[in-house]
Amino acid sequence: MVYPLSELTQNPQRRRRGDAVLDTAVHTLILVFCVLCLIPFIVAVSASFSSERTLLREGYSLLPVAFTTAAYDMLFSTRQIVDSYKVSLFVTVFGTVLSMVVTAMMAYPLSVKKLRYRGAISFFAYFTMLFNGGLVPTYMLISKYLGMRDTLWCMIIPVLVNPWNLFLLRNFFSAIPGELHESARIDGANDVRILWQIILPVSLPALATVSLFYAVAYWNQWFNAMLYIEDASKFPLQYLIMKMLRNIELLKQMSSQAGFAVDMSALPTTTTKMATAMVTIGPIIIAYPFAQKYFTSGLIVGSVKG
Amino acid sequence: MPQSNTAVPKPIPKQRFLREMKQNGFLYLLTLPGILFFFVFSYVPMGGLVIAFQDYSMRYGIFGSRFNGVDNFKFLFQTGDIWRVTGNTLFLNILFILFTTLMSVFLAVLFSEVRSRGFKRITQSISILPNFVSWTVIALFLDAFIDPTTGMLAKWLARMGYPVDFYANAAVWPTLLVFLRIWQGAGYGAIVYIATIVGIDPQIYEAADIDGATRLQKIFRITIPILKPTIILMTLFGVGRIFYGDFGMIYALVGDNSLLFKTTDVIDTYVYRMMRMLRNYGMSAATGMFQSVLGFLFIMVVNWLARKLEPDSALF
Repeated sequence: MVYPLSELTQNPQRRRRGDAVLDTAVHTLILVFCVLCLIPFIVAVSASFSSERTLLREGYSLLPVAFTTAAYDMLFSTRQIVDSYKVSLFVTVFGTVLSMVVTAMMAYPLSVKKLRYRGAISFFAYFTMLFNGGLVPTYMLISKYLGMRDTLWCMIIPVLVNPWNLFLLRNFFSAIPGELHESARIDGANDVRILWQIILPVSLPALATVSLFYAVAYWNQWFNAMLYIEDASKFPLQYLIMKMLRNIELLKQMSSQAGFAVDMSALPTTTTKMATAMVTIGPIIIAYPFAQKYFTSGLIVGSVKG
Repeated sequence: MPQSNTAVPKPIPKQRFLREMKQNGFLYLLTLPGILFFFVFSYVPMGGLVIAFQDYSMRYGIFGSRFNGVDNFKFLFQTGDIWRVTGNTLFLNILFILFTTLMSVFLAVLFSEVRSRGFKRITQSISILPNFVSWTVIALFLDAFIDPTTGMLAKWLARMGYPVDFYANAAVWPTLLVFLRIWQGAGYGAIVYIATIVGIDPQIYEAADIDGATRLQKIFRITIPILKPTIILMTLFGVGRIFYGDFGMIYALVGDNSLLFKTTDVIDTYVYRMMRMLRNYGMSAATGMFQSVLGFLFIMVVNWLARKLEPDSALF
């Protein structure tokens, strides 16, 4: 029998026992962390399927108390949730596409080494991460001078290019071997063809990664809606939740939309809030298993400074 | 313009510019929408900082409002609010950086010790998931734990004889925020360290095996020292933004609950309230400018120090 060299230098039995203890500890700690990660989701799902009265009496728990879909029934019979879903979808889909086009258009030239002024342009973008005008001037610009108040654009245009994503994508492009450009150039391809037929196709995973970052950011965005949107039919989902957190009035309005003659004390405020949260994170949970590998690879490249 | 000057050894800048445009015009054209974006939404607001020196009124706008010198700043420092919110911002950010970094490195080391690929993949996916949930949803989740009558944590604490009214007790919030930060970001933050560990040359570990090192020794003598530059770099990223509070987090969780301001009010939430509730645009802009300038100077100093001490960890 041949032992690996390492096994011979130490008492193998002691070593294996130490390994087993360490393995158990490692697995246990990871499992504990994962359970802690999941518990809030489970509690929220359970609450959204609980009866309001029982929940208020007995408190939150891991399993639904007095199972009912009343909260979802109430939620989906309102116009508000449908409107907000549409707004969030539009902002996410349209915003991501637009952001990707502009970001990729800017990131590619910044990765081309022959470009004389690319350093200056990079700095132009980089500097915005170091210094900014702050909230008030931005608010005045968007609401007073650009007239984006109460338009869906105010949730897209002011956050169109994220400098972090820009440099992430530029780093991806820079990592493409220079020979690929050179051979294409020798074959007579111009910049347009090189970008369209060589760079973009080999960068698909990178483009997917950055798109996902943008999509999550758009989906989870509520700050601009809070600043510039007053028309409830243009509230994105996240802002709807924000409103629900802060005032019960909105829920009352929604229930009147639903056409229920509701006794206010019986209004399922808590469970409806949780149901809204579930509806809001639904797409992320569904897309997550497919998209997760892109998130992981994206951060790794992103952490390489440039 | 005909290109007749190419023989001149040193072209004057204007000619050089034109030639570059002629050669690479398409590439520059591509950057235009992005440049326009940064110009309008980043550089124009920098010019808008003049509001900080105005008695700004919405009616007269930036061009019609009266200038009042440094009155906004004077008033800002007189009230003392600025010290409280700056202190909170720094304190919370230091806690966040310290604990999330520790937890992320800890998780990364744990994951690197798991041999089963399936276990690793599933648990890692779960640990990253909270990162993609918005703070508004997290605020709802939190309610299920800290609501005084129905919250699971609040009820449990009360049963143990330590009743805590979370929505009225400012003292517990820094701890609570740190926990939420770890819950939300530690798994995601671990990715970058896991990537570094994966990149470590296996021969180093094999050599350690031959010398009879235990796994714990390998963790503390090899893995963690190799992670050091990455830890420093990631910490610098955080430290560089230490004057910027996490508005999305704090405002979603605390909102306008003034009972909690003592420990949770940061520069960003203060600027927001000053603008939206008090409509004091000049003061709000002055506070924002104070933050931007301080933040800028600070990141310059941090980067200069990093360059001196650990050149690999410099931000730029």
